[in-house]
Amino acid sequence: MILYDYVLSASCYKVRLMAALLGQSLTLHTVNFHPAREHKSADMLALNPKGTLPVLLDGETVLTDSADILRYLTRDAPEWRGDDDPWLALAADLNESLGMARLHDILQYDVDIDAARAAGVKQLRKLEAHMTAQRFDGHLFLTGAVPALADIACFPNVSLAPDGGVSLDTYPSLRLWMRAIRSLPGFIEMPGIHRLHELEFPE
Amino acid sequence: MSRSINDYWYPVGLLSGIDAPHATLLLGADITVGRTHSAYWVTDAAGKALPTIKRFGHLWTCPGTPMDDLFTIPEADTAGRQLVDVGSVRVKCSPLRAVENFLDIAHFPFVHTDILGAEPHTEVARYNVDIREDANEVWATKVKFFQPQAAKSAEGGITTEYMYRVASPTCAVLYKTCPPRPGEWDVITLFVQPLNEEWCEVWPWMALYDDDSTMAEMVSFQQLIFMQDRSILENQIPTKLPLDPGMEVPTQADLTSIAYRRWLKKIGYTYGAQLVAA
Repeated sequence: MILYDYVLSASCYKVRLMAALLGQSLTLHTVNFHPAREHKSADMLALNPKGTLPVLLDGETVLTDSADILRYLTRDAPEWRGDDDPWLALAADLNESLGMARLHDILQYDVDIDAARAAGVKQLRKLEAHMTAQRFDGHLFLTGAVPALADIACFPNVSLAPDGGVSLDTYPSLRLWMRAIRSLPGFIEMPGIHRLHELEFPE
Repeated sequence: MSRSINDYWYPVGLLSGIDAPHATLLLGADITVGRTHSAYWVTDAAGKALPTIKRFGHLWTCPGTPMDDLFTIPEADTAGRQLVDVGSVRVKCSPLRAVENFLDIAHFPFVHTDILGAEPHTEVARYNVDIREDANEVWATKVKFFQPQAAKSAEGGITTEYMYRVASPTCAVLYKTCPPRPGEWDVITLFVQPLNEEWCEVWPWMALYDDDSTMAEMVSFQQLIFMQDRSILENQIPTKLPLDPGMEVPTQADLTSIAYRRWLKKIGYTYGAQLVAA
C-alpha cells in the first residue's frame, strides 16, 4: 500500500497511526504540500482530482478520503469497528474547526479564526462530557473499554488543538483519553503529538 | 556601534512563493510583498518602496537604512548542493526565542527523540564559543553530538559535528557534518521575520549534499523537526528573551545561548527581549 503523505497533515497522520496500530506497513510517498503545493500538481490531480491528501493506493484501489481509508484498513479487523459513522462525521467536523484553526495559525490559511476556534471548543466540550461519562462507566475510549476506529479518527485534531490556539488544559477526561491512545502498543507520534515519556521513578 | 532594529535585513518571503501582493508584518508594522513580472518589491504602510535583496531563495528587506550588505554563506554556493525552500511556519514566540532554540543542542534527545538525539546520549561535550568582533557575529565551534538520524541522508546513528553562526540578530546558520560527503558541511539556516515582539514567521532554508532524497522528503524532514520545536517555543516563559541572568541557571551546554544574549545586549538589539532579569 502506498500512502501519498504530508508529515504535518492531521488526516495523513490518522492513516499512518491506524496502519501502525494494526501492524500494516505503508510505503510513504512524501508530497511537498507546503510550500510547493505539490498536491495540486498535474500528477497528483490525475490521481485525485480533489487535490487533497491523503491518497491511498492499493493495487487498483485508490482512496482519497481519510474516513474511507480508515474503513479500508480495518476491513478485516472487526474489533476496531462499531457504529463508526457518527464518529467519522465528528472527525470531519473537528477537521473543519480545530484543523482549520491550526492551518490558519501555522500556514496562514484564510479562515474565520474566531468562528473556527469557537466551533472547536464547542465540540471539545461535548467530547469532554462524553468521555467523562465513559470514565464513570470504567471506559477509557470513546466507544468502550478498547480502542476503536472512532478514537483514531478523532484523536489527531483534538491533540493538535493547541497548534491552532485552543488550549486543552480544561479537558481532563480528554487528556486521559489521549494518554490512553498514546500508550497503545505500536503508537507513533507526529510533530505536535509527543510520545509518552517514562513516568516511573527510576529504581 | 549600536544601530536601530530597522537597519537590519529581514526575510519576508520565498522567491518561489511570491506572486500576488501579500500583506504581512515586519517589526509590528504593515508591509506588502509582491512581484511585478520578474521584479520583486516590498512597500511600507505609506506605499513607500523599501530596499530589497534576493538571496538564499528568499526576498529580504530593510525598513530603515541598511548599514551593511546582507551576510553571505560562501559554503552554500559550492556546486552540487540541493537548495531547499522549506517554506514558513508562524510561531507565537519572540523572534529571539526562535533563534535561541535553533542554537540549542541539549533539547535534541527530548524534543527530537530518535532523530536528532536519543537517551541516554544526552551529554553536550564542551565546545568553543566566541563573539567575533570583526564580523560582528557569534560562533560556536567543535560542537559534537550523537544523533540517531542526523539528516534524511543519514543511515544509523553517527556523532555529528556542528558549527553555529549567528549572522544577524534574527538569522542563524548551522554547519553540520554531511553524511554522504565527509569533509563537507551541510548548511541549514533559520531566517526569522519578526512579525512583532512575540510573534514570528520562521523561514528555514538548506543547502545540502543529498542525491538520494527527493526535494519533498528533504522539505518534510525539516518541517517535522521545526514543528516539534513549535509547541515548546509557544510555551516558553517569559515570552520575551531575558538578556540578563536571574532565576534561570545556565549550564555548560548553554554557552551559545549565553553568548547570543550577551551579544544582543552589546549591540543593543532588544526587540523581543526582556530587559528585566528573569
